[in-house]
Amino acid sequence: MVWSAHPTPQVTLGKPLAPGCFAPILNGMANPVLSFTDRGIYCAAGDFYIDPWRPVDRALITHGHADHARPGHRRYLCTEGCAPVMRHRLGTITVDTVKFGEARRIGDAQVSFHPAGHLPGSAQIRVEVGGEVWVASGDYKVAQDGLSEPFEPVRCHSFITECTFGLPVFKWEDQAHVAKDLNAWWSANAAEGKTSILGAYSLGKAQRLLAMIDPQIAPILTHAAVENTNAVLRGQGYRLPDTIQVTPDTNPKDHKGALVIAPPSALGSQWARRFGLSSTAFASGWMRLRGVRRRRAADRGFVVSDHADWNGLMQAISETQAENIFVTHGYTDIFARWLKTQGYNAQVLRTEFGTDEDDTDTPTGDAA
Amino acid sequence: MKDFAALFTTVDQTTKTSLKTKALADFFRTASDDDKLWTIALFSGRRPKRAVTTTQLREWAAEVGGIPLWLLEESYPIVGDLAETIALTLPPPSRVSDLSLTHWITELKSLAALDIDARKARILDAWDQLDPTERFLFNKLITGGFRIGVSQKLMTRALAQATDQDEASLAHRLMGGWTPETTTYHALIEAEDAEADESRPYPFYLAYQLEDAPDALGQPDAWQAEWKWDGIRGQVILRNGTHHVWSRGEELMTDRFPEFARLTDFLPDGIVLDGEIVAWDGAQPFPFNTLQARIGRKTVPKKLLKDAPVILLAYDLLEHEGQDLRDLPLQERRARMDALLHNLPDDAPIKAAPPLPFDTWETLAHTRATARDNRAEGLMLKRNDSPYLAGRKKGDWWKWKLDPLTVDAVMIYAQQGHGRRANLFTDFTFAVWDGNDLVPFTKAYSGLTDEEFRKITAWVRKNTQQRFGPVRQVTPHHVFEIAFEGIHASPRHKSGISLRFPRMSRWRHDKPLQEANTLNDLKDLLETYG
Repeated sequence: MVWSAHPTPQVTLGKPLAPGCFAPILNGMANPVLSFTDRGIYCAAGDFYIDPWRPVDRALITHGHADHARPGHRRYLCTEGCAPVMRHRLGTITVDTVKFGEARRIGDAQVSFHPAGHLPGSAQIRVEVGGEVWVASGDYKVAQDGLSEPFEPVRCHSFITECTFGLPVFKWEDQAHVAKDLNAWWSANAAEGKTSILGAYSLGKAQRLLAMIDPQIAPILTHAAVENTNAVLRGQGYRLPDTIQVTPDTNPKDHKGALVIAPPSALGSQWARRFGLSSTAFASGWMRLRGVRRRRAADRGFVVSDHADWNGLMQAISETQAENIFVTHGYTDIFARWLKTQGYNAQVLRTEFGTDEDDTDTPTGDAA
Repeated sequence: MKDFAALFTTVDQTTKTSLKTKALADFFRTASDDDKLWTIALFSGRRPKRAVTTTQLREWAAEVGGIPLWLLEESYPIVGDLAETIALTLPPPSRVSDLSLTHWITELKSLAALDIDARKARILDAWDQLDPTERFLFNKLITGGFRIGVSQKLMTRALAQATDQDEASLAHRLMGGWTPETTTYHALIEAEDAEADESRPYPFYLAYQLEDAPDALGQPDAWQAEWKWDGIRGQVILRNGTHHVWSRGEELMTDRFPEFARLTDFLPDGIVLDGEIVAWDGAQPFPFNTLQARIGRKTVPKKLLKDAPVILLAYDLLEHEGQDLRDLPLQERRARMDALLHNLPDDAPIKAAPPLPFDTWETLAHTRATARDNRAEGLMLKRNDSPYLAGRKKGDWWKWKLDPLTVDAVMIYAQQGHGRRANLFTDFTFAVWDGNDLVPFTKAYSGLTDEEFRKITAWVRKNTQQRFGPVRQVTPHHVFEIAFEGIHASPRHKSGISLRFPRMSRWRHDKPLQEANTLNDLKDLLETYG
């Protein structure tokens, strides 16, 4: 993602793709439901922001990843499922919660949260003002992962979508298929007396993997960052297999053939070296690309993403029945151009989303 | 194809050479002779003739994938490999098959006889029965450059393990002009008579760069020194009354250098010489860019032949009277070579590369300092009693190159790399000051660490001013030290100069933009070293 380092004007229109394509669709909207400011997505009718990146008075949050749930806002509103993780990550904050589908009136706006399928508790935010409906998707995936509340299409006039994987080369395999590969990798390592170290983002991806794999193979060890999140989600009633947190006292010999789940940054570190003979792997959508797999220099790459793939994006957009599509982080220029050929009013939005671990270190973000 | 795809997957999933070698050796133990032969061919840079153009492949893949061509084209630089982009874009196959690697290569070769519609139908039919990995490999067979993390050396080692043969002699058997069409696995690998091919060169012995002063090499009198010439390393083979010229990259260059046809007039049959092919001005080599004009031409116009004649500066004799001399000590090979080249007329297209006399390492260091004046890029140090080994080996041969020339330059354009470097900005254009203007003068792709490439990539994304296709114009801000081996006048370049082997030697975080070098500085360097 390319961001403007300097303060941007109050309303930032997407960059036109080419001369002639410049058709600022907000022109026809005297009072758009949502507008785009240097603090984030803003609703004037309700005087609130969605996932703002600078401190504001009232913030509606789609999910707990650091690029969407930032510290410093006076009041937060999110789903019941999202709040515990946010409190865990942001400390003492003032949070009000809603159930999925529960309608709230904020000023002149009618607001509700709907499952985004990105991770447990993650939501799309529907905003209705005077009969006009906008939906900000946050991050989402349409395929079910067995842990997150399944993605729910929401009809709207304008849809703000991510497009982290908005290229036709990104297509995910069925989760059961990947789970089989993961289990086979782990089993083979265990049979050779090796530890399996799997790099995955500590909120969301790690728990999804825990829910995917076969816990009978051998013990499962976790990095503290992963285990802390596990504890929060278990406290909310999400079912995860038993895990053992790695501490300075952990003796790898007591856990032969174990699977270790750790944030990607821990792989190759001093922390990981304690496990001795091991095989390493990453689980990420980027593992679809051979170049990225090889650059990460792990033994294996499993294609597991909490973002929608190409088909998922198209399915979600089509099901909203929206005419206006705003695309944020990912291959925005290319994806918007494609949407235009499909008859949508598509426009690129510059945001400060797209810095969680699934997006960084990788080919993301080419808004410039 | 499934066994070959499984081999590829295993090799691709590991960074450990030992595991790659084992996987390949296992394949060589179980695959059919035809598949083995093609596998050897592919990993030694031999490919089936291209049956369809990459443009056609792109169009057909977009059509089958249900996307416009531009979308496939936009995806390509992000994926970094066309074969992979196509494999990932296509819809899942409607059926499965398990036909051999050789079958698919034969299928590709048979396309040459068909019209374009029939070719398309056959390619689409192939895609429709191959899984994504098989498709990637199938596409690779067409698009060329079969680089998938297996070097010829690694393949040779695996084959040596699988067949219980000596690696060096196997490497020798694999040299030369064979293709899977002209030989069989048995003839190439197993048959007793490995000398069947009269054009076959020996594996080149390659030297490592000497990092420190040569004092650690021991007594100077155990060593021979020569100039390290800036030409093309080549082997000249005189057997059965004909001659062959091979480059180090195992490219047959006989037709490019017709001068060497006359060698049979001067030298006896049954000879292989190792040396440097250089363009010769009568007294010393021309700068490398003169030779460059020759390398690009498969057939040479008369004028070029006259303006840039080549000779071999020979420094080793590998075969004499049909006998392989490689196990003899260097000084003995050298003595035999000198006897052969002694008393040849001045216009013979060959000269013995002169050994450089020296008593101490210190005097040799002084000689090295004059390398540029002698149109050399440094020195070669060879142990007098060294045999001629195969491949890059440490110990007996060293190159002791001059320190490169450097300038501090400003990055002005950036482009993404390919393959492992896809999605990283790795290809940059650099400029120097001309008054208040920045004049581009070179590109450079290498020299930074992965970490530095990641940093500069993030910076490029945030500081793009304009895009020209895949090229980004960036805010002039970062200064890099560019190291290079030589500098030449070049009317084709805006700056009027071209560099030899430019690379980024340092990221000058400490250097403000304004303090980068100027075009006049470059002209001074051209004056001194050009």
